[in-house]
Amino acid sequence: MTDRLVLEARGIVKHFGHVTALDGTDFELRASEILGIIGDNGAGKSTLIKALSGALVPDRGEILVDGVRVHFRAPSDARRAGIETLYQELAVAPALSIVENLFLGRELRRRGFLGRVLRMLDRRRMLEESSAFMKELGIGVRSMKQAVETLSGGQRQGVAVARSAAFARHVVIMDEPTAALGVKEGKLVLDLIRRVRDRGLSVVLISHNMPHVFEVADRIHVARLGRRVAMLDPKGVSMSDAVAVMTGAMIPEQLPPHTLS
Amino acid sequence: MILRAVHVFALIGLSSVAAAQQPVIGLITKTSTNPFFVKMREGAEAAAKTSGARLISGSGKNDGDNVGQVTALENMIAAGAKVILITPNDSKAIVPSISKARAKGILVIALDSPTDPVNASDALFATDNYRAGTLIGRYARAALGAKVARIATIDLFPGHPVGAQRHNGFLKGFGLRAPEAAVNTLGTASDVVCMADSYGDQTRGQTAMENCLQKNPDINVVYTINEPSAAGAYKALKAKGKEKSVILVSVDGGCQGVRDVASGAIAATAQQYPVKMAELGVAAGMAFIRTGKKPSGYTDTGVSLIAATKVRGVESKDVTTGIELCFGRK
Amino acid sequence: MRARLLGTLGPLLALIAACLFFAMRSDRFLTADNLSIVLQQVMVVGVIAIGQTLVILTAGVDLSCGMVMSLGGIVMTKLAVEQQVPVAVAIAAGIAATALFGAINGLLVTHLRLPPFIVTLGTLNIAFAITQLYSNAQTVTDVPAGLTTLGNAFQLGGSSVVYGALIMLALYAVAAFALSQTAAGRHVYAVGNNPEGARLTGIATQRVLLGVYLLAGVCYGLAALLSVARTGVGDPNAGQAENLEAITAVVVGGTSLFGGRGFVLSSLVGALIVGVFRNGLTLMGVSSVYQMLVSGVLVILAVATDQFSRRLAQRGGGET
Repeated sequence: MTDRLVLEARGIVKHFGHVTALDGTDFELRASEILGIIGDNGAGKSTLIKALSGALVPDRGEILVDGVRVHFRAPSDARRAGIETLYQELAVAPALSIVENLFLGRELRRRGFLGRVLRMLDRRRMLEESSAFMKELGIGVRSMKQAVETLSGGQRQGVAVARSAAFARHVVIMDEPTAALGVKEGKLVLDLIRRVRDRGLSVVLISHNMPHVFEVADRIHVARLGRRVAMLDPKGVSMSDAVAVMTGAMIPEQLPPHTLS
Repeated sequence: MILRAVHVFALIGLSSVAAAQQPVIGLITKTSTNPFFVKMREGAEAAAKTSGARLISGSGKNDGDNVGQVTALENMIAAGAKVILITPNDSKAIVPSISKARAKGILVIALDSPTDPVNASDALFATDNYRAGTLIGRYARAALGAKVARIATIDLFPGHPVGAQRHNGFLKGFGLRAPEAAVNTLGTASDVVCMADSYGDQTRGQTAMENCLQKNPDINVVYTINEPSAAGAYKALKAKGKEKSVILVSVDGGCQGVRDVASGAIAATAQQYPVKMAELGVAAGMAFIRTGKKPSGYTDTGVSLIAATKVRGVESKDVTTGIELCFGRK
Repeated sequence: MRARLLGTLGPLLALIAACLFFAMRSDRFLTADNLSIVLQQVMVVGVIAIGQTLVILTAGVDLSCGMVMSLGGIVMTKLAVEQQVPVAVAIAAGIAATALFGAINGLLVTHLRLPPFIVTLGTLNIAFAITQLYSNAQTVTDVPAGLTTLGNAFQLGGSSVVYGALIMLALYAVAAFALSQTAAGRHVYAVGNNPEGARLTGIATQRVLLGVYLLAGVCYGLAALLSVARTGVGDPNAGQAENLEAITAVVVGGTSLFGGRGFVLSSLVGALIVGVFRNGLTLMGVSSVYQMLVSGVLVILAVATDQFSRRLAQRGGGET
């Protein structure tokens, strides 16, 4: 983990009508690091990552990728910058198959005339690659061609996780990736996150699951009331102190320096 | 609709200036674009002009639009109309508005279609649709000669009084046992080998005829509810090469229909007279305004048989006369 | 998957069952000639239903389809007959007019975010009014032969097949290919199934929706040409029956009104079911009131089957 920043945000403000979701929050992500984001409900975690992933446009503030200012107008802009996102609502099309969902928005076409002129899809190749992704993740399904809506909640989430990890080139953002998963599957996702980091990518992990966050994160971003109130070192700070800062029971200034990052 | 409202309001302004001078007669038709009603309005305007009355007109937006007619009625009452002539889109739903007008002493005459009940309006000037059917039935029977009849009826849709009257009148005129004029259901007979609905439009008339021909390729007489459905039926007959061997009759007497009679597509049609309805309406209205005398009951505005070829025993007018009297684009 | 298959195969089985039933009740039903007639009768609604399927797959509905088709027919015929415009140009103008209405529908849905039901209810009235005014409520006759060639037939094994019916089948083949074998087609399903999710995965949902309504408009223009070819006239009152019949065809065919589910070929089955019942009941001498009854029952059965198969297909979590 170096100190080079791959993704940074300064002073992001976002209003939804009268509600201020982000109140001038900052954000920084280093190369090859796993950054955990914790915060109470309404702290603005999901809104922040939606701004980073191009799903919404902030009212004020700037976002920098590799030190260069960017303006994401749509999710495809962020994807082009190499940022893959797993949203809390999963963003899958339940009636479509696992294969189709994995390749949604980046479908493979057949080579030659069939692909270029007729724009025909290469289902065989997509099936092969999908099977490989899912096997790597250890998610068992009856058939890759089955509709996502026939999967259990955990399997569905597995598909979404696999999609974000498989296509990542730079940054992966995961919002509650282990929420619907059992213990074993949750551990597999954590392993996957570590493997992604070891590939040289950075991972942003939002989770309510403190043990998971503390297990994999290199640093922890604490969100509260639309701002970043602290950056913690999971090896230094205790889980209960982290929660206290998150809920406001303790202010960051009260924390000893070795807990900060 | 907005233009019409402005038109009416402008007339209110004018009429308050020329208050006692020109009596106002209102005409409300089902729609403003159907050539039948265009002709009716033109006839009413001409008749009003010669009698020294002013005609204001309004209509529904489309066939079946009752609300538009209610609005027009209210506007005309406000404009000081003493007489209102109306072709109701919905014979029941218009009754309360008509009653309100009559309560104010306004004469309300139904044209072309009756109100339900019939006496909800002061009088009815309309085509005798049963007689229209009878005329073309007699023509078809005479034209067929001694041959055995295999009849197809291309009807309107179930339950409509005009559809029933024309259909049953046709059966009666053809010499078959038929329900009386007041009956709303379609009569059947052994010579009638197929009955299908066209909803009065050309495409569905074509489909209905095609299916009937599939059922019975030997059909030699076709009754149609109106000329658009007749045009569709003709197309289907032509596709099977039967257009010359089948006697096709219809009702309406619109200019396109009479042209179809001239070209031989339709053998005969019963022509109705929207202008006559309008003229009688204006005349009755003027009589009411001058003397307070109200018309009552039903007045037959006449129907004539238009045929290119005369057949023995059946009186008909020729195509030239038909074109003179027709409605629509000549 | 099996449950969804039920939703799709069901209508096909219903069509086959209906055909067998009518074949037993009338020996005229199963003749090549009669079936060719039914195909002709269905070809206009069939093509409109292609456009309607696209719209319904995105969880929308287009109530203006029949009226827009009628406008296209009037534009084509009036230009050709009264302005002596060459037939090819007149046809292109008619399709351009219907495509324009499609684009208007699409823009109102995507940019003003109005519900498709409301938008198309409005454009239905506008299209109808323009058609009546432009045509003066008169049918356009003496239409040049070029406009009606698709209504001509050729002989195939003892019966005549109308060119227009072949065009309809070809259009279905193209639509089926595009929807199942291209990314753009899959995106239509994704947008209908989960619009926000589709957007988040990077699909340009606005563009997909706009494209769908525009293509639907083009379909209505092609249907207008087939309608003119079939009847030989430009009829301002054409399309009124097709308006609801096209939606009936799509729903009875098994495409879900909630979007994201269904196959375009099913709409052909749906259209054929309606046409077969109309033809068969006439052959049996049954009043057309029963056609309406049957049509209504089929629609309810189709929607109920769709709901049932959706519930079967989902597992756990109570998610929809």
